[in-house]
Amino acid sequence: MRAMHDLGGVEALLGEKIDRSEHELTHFDRSVDALMYLLSHPSRRIIRVDELRRAIESLTPEQYEDLNYYEKWLQAIHDLLIEKDVLDAEEIMLKVAEIRADAAGAA
Amino acid sequence: MTARFRPGERVRVRADWPEVGGVRVHLRTPGYLRGRVGAVERAHGDYANPEKLAFGKPGFPKRTLYMVRFDQRDLWPRGEAPDGTLVADIFDHWLEPATTEQTHD
Repeated sequence: MRAMHDLGGVEALLGEKIDRSEHELTHFDRSVDALMYLLSHPSRRIIRVDELRRAIESLTPEQYEDLNYYEKWLQAIHDLLIEKDVLDAEEIMLKVAEIRADAAGAA
Repeated sequence: MTARFRPGERVRVRADWPEVGGVRVHLRTPGYLRGRVGAVERAHGDYANPEKLAFGKPGFPKRTLYMVRFDQRDLWPRGEAPDGTLVADIFDHWLEPATTEQTHD
């Protein structure tokens, strides 16, 4: 049985069209990339790329299906920072609520 | 670590499926190559084992990484380029010497 990311030669997918079009990177995409660059930088090495890949492969099948490329990265970074005790889930939720409130106040 | 295989040597990718059975793993050996036979193109050198790095470990012992060339006809039963080849980087602990009496899987 193949893992959900290991799709080479899977019979059920033969004949499915591959989207080969180039995608413009969004501000979100660039921000997530920058975040991973900073976390993996040799001066910190908080998350290695091997760990990022493992965490992406550990997403639920629903997350893996629903999230786009950089959304998978962000979810994996989130999961790893909690796993490594760099942040905790409550801390993240509080910060997100604070940012949302600020944004609502500014609007 | 001295390279165990020489260029041109026939090797089989181990037909192991550690991802089956609920143990969390991170593997760099794609499913479509497991059990397949190819020829060593060259050794890239010794690298920290990504299967361990992926879980925050230092990745020792280092493993030799080989470039291995496969015939596409051996990989894709209905492929469009049966005369083509495919190269993949495979770590030493996923390879074994290929002998003629062994068959796929």
